[in-house]
Amino acid sequence: MSLKEKLVSSFLAFENRVDIDNPVHNIRSQAIKNFEAKGFPSKKEEAWKYTSLNSLQKIDFSVFPKQENALEYKDVKKYFLHEIDSYKIIFVDGIYSSYLSETTHDGVDICLMSAALTKPMYKQVIDVYFNKVASQDESLTTLNTAFSREGAYIYIPKNKIPKKPIEIIHFSTGNEAALMLQPRNLVVAEENAELQIIERHQSLTDNEVLTNSVTEIFAAEHAIVDYYKVQNDRATASLIDNTYIAQKNSSVVKVHTFSFGGKLTRNNLNFYQNGERIDSILKGVTILGEKQHVDHHTLVHHIEPNCESHQDYKGIYGENATGVFNGKIIVDKIAQKTNAFQQNNNILISDKATINTKPQLEIFADDVKCSHGCTIGQLDEEALFYLQSRGIPKKEAEALLMYAFANNVLESVRIPELKSRINKLIATKLGVRLGFDL
Amino acid sequence: MLKIKDLHASVEDKEILKGINLQVNPGEVHAIMGPNGSGKSTLASVIAGKEEFEITRGVVFLDGEDLEESAPEERAHKGVFLSFQYPVEIPGVSVTNFMKTAINESRKARGLEDMPANEMLKLIREKSELLEIDRKFLSRSLNEGFSGGEKKRNEIFQMAMLEPKLAILDETDSGLDIDALRIVANGVNKLRSKDNAIIVITHYQRLLEYIVPDFVHVLHNGKIVKSGTKELALELEEKGYDWLKQETVV
Repeated sequence: MSLKEKLVSSFLAFENRVDIDNPVHNIRSQAIKNFEAKGFPSKKEEAWKYTSLNSLQKIDFSVFPKQENALEYKDVKKYFLHEIDSYKIIFVDGIYSSYLSETTHDGVDICLMSAALTKPMYKQVIDVYFNKVASQDESLTTLNTAFSREGAYIYIPKNKIPKKPIEIIHFSTGNEAALMLQPRNLVVAEENAELQIIERHQSLTDNEVLTNSVTEIFAAEHAIVDYYKVQNDRATASLIDNTYIAQKNSSVVKVHTFSFGGKLTRNNLNFYQNGERIDSILKGVTILGEKQHVDHHTLVHHIEPNCESHQDYKGIYGENATGVFNGKIIVDKIAQKTNAFQQNNNILISDKATINTKPQLEIFADDVKCSHGCTIGQLDEEALFYLQSRGIPKKEAEALLMYAFANNVLESVRIPELKSRINKLIATKLGVRLGFDL
Repeated sequence: MLKIKDLHASVEDKEILKGINLQVNPGEVHAIMGPNGSGKSTLASVIAGKEEFEITRGVVFLDGEDLEESAPEERAHKGVFLSFQYPVEIPGVSVTNFMKTAINESRKARGLEDMPANEMLKLIREKSELLEIDRKFLSRSLNEGFSGGEKKRNEIFQMAMLEPKLAILDETDSGLDIDALRIVANGVNKLRSKDNAIIVITHYQRLLEYIVPDFVHVLHNGKIVKSGTKELALELEEKGYDWLKQETVV
């Protein structure tokens, strides 16, 4: 049985298990129909030209989480940003771990999607926001929608700012030979609300994991959302991250994607600007080696006038790693005075590494500023010589230059402890010990 | 200290140095002058070990040791320092952190432990005062957004920190106004000792009024065509380089 058949035939059992009378039942049913009609995307589709899901579909994934597997905090502490206090929404093999989590209902709701989808007190928010910005026809998103049950639910009312950042971590323990996870997150920041989220998917063994995640983010007027994705998983873990963001007037949403590991990572990051004076910021640092593959597909849709978007993705590819950057910007006819910037710079440090980079601009307005640029290069020999001539060995000098190359993406990280953690990850990834903490 | 014999060097099969002979002893300051394209910067890069240049004939000795097989960082560990004409910008790495890395890598190569933090701070303070560099400057990203003068001053600050045996200053005077030139030259002079040597590469005589050389060499078309004392620099200032070209034709 193919993975598609397995998923489709599991749907009824899934619905029976979760709650057939649930208000989102209709949404799920429609979604599975859409997925059934489309199936997994193939390389024939332009958007999937460089990323193949074929080999993943051959793996016999368990599609339901079976049981709660206990983890000791001390064993997984290093995956948390433990230097600071945070709210935590933690899942182990797809099941909520109350033991590792720290949720709250104190003025804000930082809790579980399963609760939000079933309890009447959340119905109003679910009715307004759930599955409203996520695509209704993109096949992997509809697959997730069909099986949406668990994930993070974050609701920040007007003028509220949670006391600390929120960490969402999905652990997989390898209790199943191969496990497919489909987390579903909803983040709503009402007017003037502000929040910071760090999301991470972490496999703890070398058993196969495939995560097909969907996150919907709504930023109301003047809301500020900082979202950090830390992708540093094992060589047997694959992630398809579908993130949809709807912004209203004067909101600022910043998404940082740090891709340092995993077997196959696909980031579908979509921004929709439903208002004026909106700022959308997309930043990425990718450092890959071995046979790792990452595919960044971004979309910024400028729907109204006077908005901005800034994209800056840096990639360093070594060994047999492959990368894709496809940045699409759409500027509607009425979206005059749009400022849209896009930059993708890459360094290849091995002859076998490849990167495919493609800007895709569809501009229908005539009074806009749009710029894009992509570069693929090697380390600057002159700069290398400069550092070496100061006594810094070649390997360390190369690392220092790669760090410098990625650095401006880190400047906008607003949690200092996270920034320092990312710096250390970069140093580790580059395989050097430098004389100072980067 | 430095002995160069019949040095020929090429880049991409184009010969740039065509038989250089030069001996520099401890305590000496040598100036190398010459028109643009004569090979001055190439000579500096070859001594510092830039891989782009291939030594096709001849040899460079430092304290009797052939440098050809040494990587640039190994030469630095042996005491060679090159002040760059165009220092490279390294965003995200502060001047202080850069110096810490450089110093500790050199120490590591000599089998020493990292320099203790308080000692490092003291050294940085002492040397930055010498170059009249303020604290804020030290926490800025290396060379990023520095003016021409700041870059050159920073190069000499690095020289002061690393205390090289042989320092090569490549066009350190270019882009400096008179005040900055004085500060830089003053810094260099304070670093002069009977144990180290300095090679000053310059197009103009101006810098040599402040850093007074023991010997002046004129490089033209990849060869040293004339050597003399500091008076030669004045002569060049007066006559320009054209007379040299004619002389070599004859």
